[in-house]
Amino acid sequence: MKRHLISAADLSRDDALLILDTADELAKISERSIKKLPTLRGRTVVNLFFEDSTRTRISFEAAAKRLSADVINFSAKGSSVSKGESLKDTALTLEAMGADAVVIRHGASGAPHRLAGWVRGSVVNAGDGTHEHPTQALLDAFTMRRRLGPLDGRKVTIVGDVLHSRVARSNVLLLNTLGAEVTLVAPPTLLPVTVDSWPCEVSYDLDSVLPKSDVVMMLRVQRERMNAAFFPTEREYSRRYGLDRDRVAKMHDEAIVMHPGPMNRGMEIAAEVADSPRSTIVEQVANGVTTRMAVLYLLLGGADLGGEIQ
Amino acid sequence: MVFSLADAISHAHSGARAVLEGPDINRALVRISHEILERTKGAEDIVLLGIPTRGVHLARRLAACIKQFEGRSVPVGSLDVTMYRDDLRLRPARALGRTELPADGIDGRIVVLVDDVLYSGRTVRSALDALNDLGRPQAVQLAALVDRGHRELPIRADYVGKNLPTSKSEIVKVYLEENDGRDAVLLLKEDDK
Repeated sequence: MKRHLISAADLSRDDALLILDTADELAKISERSIKKLPTLRGRTVVNLFFEDSTRTRISFEAAAKRLSADVINFSAKGSSVSKGESLKDTALTLEAMGADAVVIRHGASGAPHRLAGWVRGSVVNAGDGTHEHPTQALLDAFTMRRRLGPLDGRKVTIVGDVLHSRVARSNVLLLNTLGAEVTLVAPPTLLPVTVDSWPCEVSYDLDSVLPKSDVVMMLRVQRERMNAAFFPTEREYSRRYGLDRDRVAKMHDEAIVMHPGPMNRGMEIAAEVADSPRSTIVEQVANGVTTRMAVLYLLLGGADLGGEIQ
Repeated sequence: MVFSLADAISHAHSGARAVLEGPDINRALVRISHEILERTKGAEDIVLLGIPTRGVHLARRLAACIKQFEGRSVPVGSLDVTMYRDDLRLRPARALGRTELPADGIDGRIVVLVDDVLYSGRTVRSALDALNDLGRPQAVQLAALVDRGHRELPIRADYVGKNLPTSKSEIVKVYLEENDGRDAVLLLKEDDK
């Protein structure tokens, strides 16, 4: 495995399967009464969050703590960033404190990549702008594999705001590596212009894709990133691309419904669908801790790969 | 530590010495199971925990022997110690083995750890730490197919298949039918590796 996890494209098929297999073993730890392993004792993991996050930050924190690493949480609010400190200076501060891994969420696409050149430790991308969110893709793949078995040839449909979604991009890359067939469904205005070069199919009609899907992943409509009129009204979006009871009825019996959270209930997904047994939304959160433990273990658990500062 | 049969055969031609062959391994396991029965007075409360990969196969064989002699089914499990090792930082991160405990757990039981080769004792130390997080056994005992000496920690085996004096430059390889297609214990010189 590489020293950093910046993009889902960094992972070969073997790397990805190693992470998923490791997570499978680590999942048992959360069933034990002592949910802790001594593996990363004495290592420091810094959570560097420039953007709001609930589940990802807590999930990384829980994962690091279960492996006995020391965790330092840093959020941009109330830090020197609000006094105008640059990312590089923040990175140098972390470097001086001896961080073995930096988990970074940043509003700017590419920030983790820049950071990786400034620190000696491993950098884990926890979401950068509209670019990537590789650990989300890993936990999604892990959740699918637990429900459906191996992903080769499985049909995964990702629906919604692909344009602003780092989750969609990471998922397309990783699922393709793992042999699944991905179809993106979205209004044309919410697809990136380069989508033709992605390893996936594209459709504008949800109803025709649903019966063939093993997994339907709904994306959040990211209102905070919507600075133009991407669709006429929320009601119309919901009618054409929302997952309601009637649409779920078209899916085959074993198919599952996923959502990376946070959900807009009633918008992209109906409340009764989100709470149905097909939905893996709560499992995804639990699996997030396990998958991130696997990532931290594989990046930090072995010999120091001796990164150079550029 | 993955060895193929082809490896084994090529080693056999390059001066590797077979220390135990198939029937010897079985005899050793039969004796160990009798010793376990004797020491634990009928193996009433015991749980056999194998250390992956080959320790697990050995634990299953011991359980089969005990079943044959006393008609008692002894719970068998596996205990992966990777996350507890003290040498993790000397090598790249490695894949995890499987940990599977019997349904009744290990609290109050006599746990017999089973491994193929006892060498520095560090694996056993890791196993003791791992057990500590899993429950509180009444006692912990250790069975090893081969004890090759050179302990680095104050650890000894309760049941030994064969004491094998070795030099540190030699390598002991255990092949088991379940994993490698044949039963044998080979002693190799380092340059045969």
